[in-house]
Amino acid sequence: MSVIDVKDLRKSYNGLAAVDGIDLTISQGEIFALLGPNGAGKTTTVEILEGFRSRDSGNVTVLGFDPQATGIDARRFRDRIGIVLQSTSDAGDLTVAETVHHFQSYYSNPRMAEEVIAAVGLTEKSNSLIRVLSGGQRRRLDVALGIVGNPELLFLDEPTTGFDPEARRAFWELVKDLRNTGTTILLTTHYLDEAEALADRVGVINRGKIVEIAAPSELGGRDTSMAYVRWVVDGVSYEERTNSPTAVIRRISADIKGEIPQLIVSRPSLEEIYLEMIGHAESTEILTKEVSGA
Amino acid sequence: MTNLPPLPSSLTLGLRRGKIEIRQFVRQRESVVFTLLFPLILMAIFGSVFTGEIAFGVTFSQYFLAGMIATGLVNSGFQQLAINIPMERDDGSLKRLRGTPMPVASYFIGKTILVLASIVFQVFFLLLGGLIFFDIRLPSTGAKWLILAAILFIGTAGSTALGTAFSSIPKNGRGASALVTPLVIVLQFFSGVFFVFTQLPQWMQQFAALFPLKWLCQGIRSVFLPDEFAQNEVAHSWETGKTLLVLSIWFVIGLAFSIRTFKWDRN
Repeated sequence: MSVIDVKDLRKSYNGLAAVDGIDLTISQGEIFALLGPNGAGKTTTVEILEGFRSRDSGNVTVLGFDPQATGIDARRFRDRIGIVLQSTSDAGDLTVAETVHHFQSYYSNPRMAEEVIAAVGLTEKSNSLIRVLSGGQRRRLDVALGIVGNPELLFLDEPTTGFDPEARRAFWELVKDLRNTGTTILLTTHYLDEAEALADRVGVINRGKIVEIAAPSELGGRDTSMAYVRWVVDGVSYEERTNSPTAVIRRISADIKGEIPQLIVSRPSLEEIYLEMIGHAESTEILTKEVSGA
Repeated sequence: MTNLPPLPSSLTLGLRRGKIEIRQFVRQRESVVFTLLFPLILMAIFGSVFTGEIAFGVTFSQYFLAGMIATGLVNSGFQQLAINIPMERDDGSLKRLRGTPMPVASYFIGKTILVLASIVFQVFFLLLGGLIFFDIRLPSTGAKWLILAAILFIGTAGSTALGTAFSSIPKNGRGASALVTPLVIVLQFFSGVFFVFTQLPQWMQQFAALFPLKWLCQGIRSVFLPDEFAQNEVAHSWETGKTLLVLSIWFVIGLAFSIRTFKWDRN
């Protein structure tokens, strides 16, 4: 069953296409990460799905609703989704508990406020004013407000910006727990390790178009791409690109007695693949422009 | 999952918004004290500068009561909202609300409750201070108190709606104050908040009659000044019906613009 269904989505600002024909299907219980450089159309796409922006054309269905719905349909739609935006910076004159309780009252079938506060690890700060929270704690409150409505679909926009490594790990566990209870999650992030740790599938978007959608381990042919074997002999570094790294190691170990110094076998990281895709998409774009300009 | 219980009504959520708005407001202690005592402070200044009577035994202090209450209404409704809503837009809290099932009507109701609560306390402190220090007289009949209540209610609704409507104009929170404050001050001078209205130049009076503040002042004067004083007004009458009508029209205009132009985020 698909939770998000997008066909040929288009949106322009002042004649410039920000989203230029996107197709996307996200299934129930999936964590989907949308990756792309700033200005790629990522935010516009997500905000159209959240109902914050209108589209120029294309079909969009989210949980069976058109996100552009108004009136009671808009309320029913938002009753079933949760949105964690990039952090707010209000004066913070309410306590954590007051805020979560208040937001809880907006929904028809919310989670217990105390349980949500515990889930994001803010129980000890329950009665603290928001203004005294650290950046990371404030971010966790944002997440609490996003999930207090017991959403079937959760939008996470750069959720761990400003987290220390420990807090990030804890947050990842929280996201996985949500997925395990059946929540579908659409994540946008700049951290490729985050996408790799969490996402079932990633979609790379560039210049308003989807470049590729695949599992993080398979993106850009990563699983079948050539491996690097690196080692050092007498202070000289060697590197070989190969489809059969095991054969290379057998060959080296026949020459070198004992341990092979500083042996590394690696495949391109998600980040390398991603940067290549973005760079590649960019250069094709420039090329097409030049051709069409000529 | 699709058979969810019904959503809470807009009114229920509006009342909850009102509660949370008031709670946020009272936690900003400095601004609470200043806002709630502002009409009394102005009264103290004007009551000390202008002494004596205008006509029919009406002292300047008694006359300016209406202006001070109206000032409170304009400040905590129109001015505060026209400045604070753009700030809420800037800091992202409006957008966060937009992503929830809370309807915009509840947000407006919440703001109205905040302004209404603020006005009730301002009027209370003003009248209390006025009684103790400036020997003012309270409305003499139950009917006048009723008119006062009606004017404060419609005035608050109008001031809130117009402030919400105006909040779409400033590009950001920082620019809002520079735009709104002079506007309010000029309108106060034109509408007879700081002067006896009939002593203003005629063109100023006619210009002010287009806006609600003049009518607010006049309506409130009608309950605090003796009936005979009506002859000293421009129309030689309190024009109570017309006052309520003009204030209602401005409320409807404000509400219509708020609904049409309200912006949840900066883009």
